[in-house]
Amino acid sequence: MYPFPLALQDLLGHWPSYLVYLLVGFSFGYVLEIGGFADSRKLAAQFYFKDLTVLKVMFGAIVTAMVLIFLASGVGLLDYNLIYVNPTYLWPGIIGGLIMGVGFIVGGFCPGTSLVSAAVLKLDGIFFALGVFFGIFLFGETIGYFEEFWYSSYMGRFTLQDWLNLPIGIVVLIIILVALFMFWGGELLEKKFGNADLTKEPKWRYGAAAILVVGAIAVVIIGQPTTADRWTALEATEGARLANREVQIHPGELLEKLHDATLQVIMLDVRSEADYNLFHIRDARRVPLDALPGLIPALHEEPANTLFVVMSNDETAATEAWKILRAESVPSAYILEGGINNWLTVFADEAFRETAVKANTPDDSLAYSFPSALGARYEWAEPNPHDYTLAFTPKVELELKRGPSGGGCG
Amino acid sequence: MTTLTTTTTPKRTFKDRLLSLVQRDAKPYVHPYKAGILLGLVLFGAFFITGNGLGASGGINRILVVVEDAIYPAHIDRTAYLASMAGGETNPLDSWVVFVTIGLVIGGFTSGLINGRLNITTNRGPNVPVKVRWVMAFIGGAFMGYGARLARGCTSGQALSGGAVLSVGSWAFMFAVFGGAYALAYFVRKLWN
Repeated sequence: MYPFPLALQDLLGHWPSYLVYLLVGFSFGYVLEIGGFADSRKLAAQFYFKDLTVLKVMFGAIVTAMVLIFLASGVGLLDYNLIYVNPTYLWPGIIGGLIMGVGFIVGGFCPGTSLVSAAVLKLDGIFFALGVFFGIFLFGETIGYFEEFWYSSYMGRFTLQDWLNLPIGIVVLIIILVALFMFWGGELLEKKFGNADLTKEPKWRYGAAAILVVGAIAVVIIGQPTTADRWTALEATEGARLANREVQIHPGELLEKLHDATLQVIMLDVRSEADYNLFHIRDARRVPLDALPGLIPALHEEPANTLFVVMSNDETAATEAWKILRAESVPSAYILEGGINNWLTVFADEAFRETAVKANTPDDSLAYSFPSALGARYEWAEPNPHDYTLAFTPKVELELKRGPSGGGCG
Repeated sequence: MTTLTTTTTPKRTFKDRLLSLVQRDAKPYVHPYKAGILLGLVLFGAFFITGNGLGASGGINRILVVVEDAIYPAHIDRTAYLASMAGGETNPLDSWVVFVTIGLVIGGFTSGLINGRLNITTNRGPNVPVKVRWVMAFIGGAFMGYGARLARGCTSGQALSGGAVLSVGSWAFMFAVFGGAYALAYFVRKLWN
């Protein structure tokens, strides 16, 4: 399940995988050219309502791709979690967009179309492309003066369905209806300002519009896979790893990884706030189980050398958390073996263990009593790895990330 | 009775063939909706196979940084924004977007060649001298380039790609681009009409 996007770097190797991108770029350039995007007059006419090719091609492309993406994700072919969604930096995006609007109407292109125009030897396209180089050069030289603004209003992977709090299918349907309305309005404008003869427009466009609407309704009906659906799809393979105890790592291994400078370890502690305040491993983040799904997009933004370790008092809650992480395609996720109780058994000093151990504790609850809530201010919240020689079977294997390695248009 | 006439065409030299490739009659552009659907399929294909969308300005940026790095590497290493692409031993061309950008140019050229639209000319408004058009194109390009990096992507990388996967920032960006252009369109109407 969810075989796409492909792990291109694994399949083809690092540099050869770029051939796929070369092919994508080739198709992109070819389609832009046959659509007339190499002609600045055609692009500028958009802004005088004479020829709305830009609107039709752009929104046509967006809605076509959108319906296909969410259909593919709905039927379990494509993993939306692994797709690069441009992170939202709201104000830099809006100000940058306004500046680009100025460039668009003055120069008659956008960066991609100017390259296509230059490729078919249009001199204005070549001058525009040179201007783009100059503008980008200026940006590199001046970004230092307003870097704070450039990183401001960051909202991460923030999608329309999150913002509107609607199911994806409904958002898709709304966008398609709005796009069709804009196409209709655009044609009327072309008739008024550009003297276009609408009777000569092909009839198949009604069919295409109908297919889009049907596609959007299909997205609404099929819906998107929930975390539970996604886990069901993985249960055969991931459940076996869980049962074979391939993902439960010894406290000693966690300690070793915490001191491995080539790794970033993110510890997610899913216990109650009370337990967390009594004791937790230094730098562990408390994330209640029901808040974990909301954290998934942020976890996907972590670099590829990140190790995720979930923990509870024993393993029950941590295993639930691990299932959520795996179902949502978070790579390199592990469970702390025996949880915090086992960590204390291994690292807390003997005097403490003998006096504080509780008799008969229920499953997945703290097996030691703490006189005060000192959190991570115990010695054994950050043990010195040189003080211990522990025998354990190392289990951690970093998974290469599938899909984009961070950085859309970067 | 029909009469058959045979015409003998003069043998074409290689040079003639080469010229005829460039000089063939320009075919009309495809219908905008058809182009939109095709572009949508390319965009979907890109996301489906690679997980990334499309892009252009990022690629231009990195190609520019190669030149800058060759001229003044110490400056690259001291500027955080540039160092992230080419600091130290980092190869700025080691990025998918560079290859999309190179492919974009080759694809555009190929289509121009096949469809007879490969000719040296300057497209401009009816009342604009060629040189004014060149200057305006350069100025517009500079605005575009600057804005695209500020917004972390251009029309392809932000509006098209981010729009299709429903990023809020990309939709806000898209409205800003169109808003900016429409707001100014009236004042520069002489450039295009």
